[in-house]
Amino acid sequence: MAKQIEVTDVDAYYSGHKAIEGISMTIDARAVTAFIGPSGCGKSTFLRTLNRMHEVIPGATVTGKIRMEEQDLYGADVDPVSVRRTIGMVFQRPNPFPTMSIYDNVAAGLRLNHRYSKSELDGIVEESLKGANLWNEVKDRLPKPGSGLSGGQQQRLCIARAIAVRPQVLLMDEPCSALDPISTLAIEDLIAKLKQEFTIVIVTHNMQQAARVSDKTAFFNLAAQGQPGKLIEMDDTTKIFTSPSQKATEDYITGRFG
Amino acid sequence: MSAVTPEIQRISGMRRFKDKGVQALVYLAFAIAVVPLISVLWMVISNGMARFDMEFLTHSMRNIGARDAGGGAYHAIIGTLEQVALASLISVPIGLLTAVYLVEYGTNGRLKRAISFFVDIMTGVPSVVAGLFVLAFWILILGMPFSGWAGAMALSILMLPTVVRAAEEMLMLVPNDLREASYALGVSKWRTIVKVVLPTAFTGIVTGIMLAVARVAGETAPLLLTVFFTDSINNDPFNGAQMGLPLYVFDQAARPNDTAIDRAWAAALTLIIIIMLLNLAARLITYWRSPARKR
Repeated sequence: MAKQIEVTDVDAYYSGHKAIEGISMTIDARAVTAFIGPSGCGKSTFLRTLNRMHEVIPGATVTGKIRMEEQDLYGADVDPVSVRRTIGMVFQRPNPFPTMSIYDNVAAGLRLNHRYSKSELDGIVEESLKGANLWNEVKDRLPKPGSGLSGGQQQRLCIARAIAVRPQVLLMDEPCSALDPISTLAIEDLIAKLKQEFTIVIVTHNMQQAARVSDKTAFFNLAAQGQPGKLIEMDDTTKIFTSPSQKATEDYITGRFG
Repeated sequence: MSAVTPEIQRISGMRRFKDKGVQALVYLAFAIAVVPLISVLWMVISNGMARFDMEFLTHSMRNIGARDAGGGAYHAIIGTLEQVALASLISVPIGLLTAVYLVEYGTNGRLKRAISFFVDIMTGVPSVVAGLFVLAFWILILGMPFSGWAGAMALSILMLPTVVRAAEEMLMLVPNDLREASYALGVSKWRTIVKVVLPTAFTGIVTGIMLAVARVAGETAPLLLTVFFTDSINNDPFNGAQMGLPLYVFDQAARPNDTAIDRAWAAALTLIIIIMLLNLAARLITYWRSPARKR
């Protein structure tokens, strides 16, 4: 299921303002890639270019090439909706649909796209909630609204919702920044489990988290406020955190700036 | 030193006084606002009860002589319900789709600004002008007869801007997070709007529509020019003159004898009750649909 992503020379703009510049990298399949860097360096923007969520914002554009296993995601005849179906996303703040029950939230991506039989849906919902380590907590209250869960549960509900549509890649934009340490641990365990099946990219401000969960780490930085963000270096996580090749990376990781 | 160091102090007498003074003003303003409301309700109920009976609700004014007691507003109730329902059928879909366009699709384009501008202008159209427009265009130029439908068209002109503005406000309140969550699941924009955005804004939109309905249900001037008058029951809003409750009140209240004045009060009471029942129904629908109920 998991697929590798090849990024070549990507720039992204917000109404003419360049937010990220010249990013090239390879994101491995069945591995966790972490993006770290100071605020405003374009990590989240770059993450959103990967599943064409960037262009949802009015005036936002992308140039460069992003390929997933020989398929150009920005090809002229590619339907962005299908790209988003293949590359799922979990957001910073848990955002379950308030009008839907827990069950409907998980089934939303499936139901809004195709018709499924009740038994098929039941199976996928159970499997996805189990996949998100939430099944035991909610199996007795599936018809209750998703907004009644705690923050950590809501975020796992959002992960269940994202994996229910069987994406190849899962993008996570600071999925734990609104959560307490215990919920964070639950999500990190979940990430370790999910990487057997999915290619995972995670943006995080928490460097211990990057060190704990990721196989590869990419460090982003910007030269000055208002300048576009750039990829400084990307390597195995152990190498980035022990002997990075760039001075800026070392300074950031050891807390000398940012 | 002591001049700049903040200290924990007792609330000064002056602040206490101002606080109480402003509080009293707020209560006073509320009381002043409530007085006309209560007095209108009181007047209508006390004067309307005299004739508010089954005969009034089930009979028309056919064969009721100028000085006779009896008679009723059945024909006017039917007319009002049909005209308002038709007006809603015209203006709710158009208004809702316009609001969806303004919020979801018009990205600060010229069309969006033009539509917004004309909606504002429509808000300011006096109701009699809406009636005159339908009279001139539908009845005089196209040569159609007076009918409930013509009245409904005039009412829909008045309803449309209210529906658009109310729905627009509610759609803008839907957090962008939800739209993005839906897009990220590979759901197309249109389905996102239909399945996620509109249900989230549902309660507010229904409330807005009810306000618009309540506003036009009491309009007299546009109906005067478009549905004409009748004393008989006409169930067909597309053919011939109809009656409406506001018209009925207008007609009866202008007559010199007490029996007619009593009928006017009773009709006013009926109109208020109909609007109240519609509001109640809308409340029930939104309550039944709200996710909080299932918690």
